[in-house]
Order: sequence, then structure tokens, then C-alpha cells
Amino acid sequence: MHRRAEVLDVLVWRGDANGGGYHSYGVPAQESQTVLDVVTWIQQNVEPTLAYRFACRVGMCGSCAMMVNGEPRWTCRTHVKKVFGAKGLVIAPLRNLPVIKDLAADMAAFFDKWTAAEGRFHPSKSRNDAMEPISPEAPNRVAANAAIECINCAVCYAACDTVTANPDYFGPAALNRAWTLQNDVRDAGYTVRQDAVSSSGGCFNCHSHQSCMTYCPNELNPTASIAGLKRLSALSYLTGGKAR
Amino acid sequence: MIDAPHRRDGVRIAALIHRVSGVGLALFLPVHFYVLGLALNDTAALDTFLNWTDNWAVKLAETGLVLLLSLHLFGGLRILALEFLPWTPRQKLFAALAASLAVFVSLGFFLSAGS
Repeated sequence: MHRRAEVLDVLVWRGDANGGGYHSYGVPAQESQTVLDVVTWIQQNVEPTLAYRFACRVGMCGSCAMMVNGEPRWTCRTHVKKVFGAKGLVIAPLRNLPVIKDLAADMAAFFDKWTAAEGRFHPSKSRNDAMEPISPEAPNRVAANAAIECINCAVCYAACDTVTANPDYFGPAALNRAWTLQNDVRDAGYTVRQDAVSSSGGCFNCHSHQSCMTYCPNELNPTASIAGLKRLSALSYLTGGKAR
Repeated sequence: MIDAPHRRDGVRIAALIHRVSGVGLALFLPVHFYVLGLALNDTAALDTFLNWTDNWAVKLAETGLVLLLSLHLFGGLRILALEFLPWTPRQKLFAALAASLAVFVSLGFFLSAGS
């Protein structure tokens, strides 16, 4: 690989739940270099104790999200040349989540909220029943399909100012997941999930700032999913819970 | 070290304007109701106040109020459309339209106040 002479100015946040600060590093610039490559270079060559999280390196697992120059990004698919700014490269752990160490955020609250939003499938059939025929053109399937490619990276959660203001808010990813299930005809948890997404941490917290859709690396639109949940909740209220 | 760049997004700014205009109107309303109350309790004071308002500085301030009111109204309609109508990718266009309509209405008020 061609190696250019330049050195990237990189600031990396280091610390833990008790606090920390930015440390400065010089990283050799390379062609087709991702932000994750930069973090890995620092860990392998300068700071063996630097903690960060990654797995697949191809944008499928959702492990490597970090704040890059103030914006949440999947670092394995973010090219340095796309984000390198006047201040160089500033890398920090994901916003709105506690820090475990350095760039590794504690994702427990994020996944707890998936559970709180009833983000799990409630089976309506057993293995002995015939398979449910699903038309790909059915409107509720089209709505679900538009939202199912979430990789749980928490980029939307870090981008959301409503989560910042209200730590009890489930956040875009959990509600987006709930929306896909509310549109799944095989799911038997509609009512219990509707109660969950209409609760105090639910969809009515959303101010439709659309930061989640702006930053979703898979170009999903959680704002539209949450708007859909608001419509279902309004319909449920107007019909005394009879409508589905 | 670095502020949140997502707050510079157009629809995020539209949401901020909607919120700030609402707070502005909430601050104005008690004064508005107090003056309305003068019509019942102290008509002489109301007449004195209304005579005092008949100048350009107050008209300009009223134009600001109409701008706040129309920003909040059209911004609110934008959010209702966003949440209750099928999703459209043209949210920034709608935010710009809401702001343009608000400026148009407040300018209309300013011009009619002068005639």
C-alpha cells in the first residue's frame, strides 16, 4: 500500500467512568484509511492499553460506533479523508452512554431500552402450525421492511438530543424496532408493545429533530418509525384500544 | 471540545425556532391578558395604554409578535404533517415553507399596520 509522508493529528479521548481527557497522537496517513484503522494503529503502535470495540470491520456488526469530530459514526466505514477537518481528527466514545474505558461505551442502557420498548418478537404460532404466508407487497410488510436493517450500533441513540435531555427515553433504535414488530402480522405482542411505546419513556418524547435519520449509517429513518408509533397510539386512544 | 454539529441541521433549527417562539409567546400572553383585563377594570388606563401604543416602535414590536405567532403556528402545522401524514423526504422544504409563510404574514401585518 502506498504510504504518504503526512502524519494525521489525532485526538483520542482516554479515561473511564470517573472522567478523562483528550490525548494527542500522530498517525501515519494512508490511502483508503478508515477511522477504525487510525484507532487500531494507535493501539498497536503507541497505546497497547487503549480500549475500543470492533468486530466485523465491514459495517455489519454495529460494534465500532464512536464520536468522530462531534458526530456519531460507524468508524469501520468512515474514511478519514471524508471527516478530517481543520482540527484534525477528534475521536471520543459514543454520546449519551456511560463510558467503560476510553472509546468503549457501556451499551447496557441501550439494550435495556430495547427490552422496555417490547423490542422482542412474540410468537403467535408453534412449529406445528403452517407457515404464515407474507406478501412482500402488503403495506405493513413494506413499512416493516423499510426499518428492519438496524445493526444496533447506537449511532442514532448518540445523535438524539431527546435522549440527552431525558435519560428515560427509549431512543430511536428501540422504537424503530418496536415499529417493525407492530407491522409484523406474525407477532402476537401488539397490545403489550403499544402500551410500552406509549408509556412515559416512549414515542411521545420524540421531538422529530431527525438527527437519528441524519446519522443512521444504514440510512434508516427512525423518525418516521416513531411518527408511525405516534399514529398507532393516537388511533388506539380514539378507538378505545380496539383498532389495530 | 467540539460542539454537536447535528444541531446545525435545518430541521433541527426549525424545531428550535418552534420551541423558542412558543416560549416567547408564553412570556407575552400574561401581559396580553393583563391589558385585556383593563377593559373590564380600568377603561381609562386601557385608553391611555392604547394611545401610547400608537407609535412605530410598538408597531415594530407587534410585528415581532406576529412573526413569533406565525412561526409557531406554521411550525406546529409542519410537525403535525410530519407525524400524522405519510412520510415525505421533503422535510427541509416544509421547514423553509413554514418560515417563509411566517415572514410573509408578519410583513403583511407590518405593511397594513402602517396604512
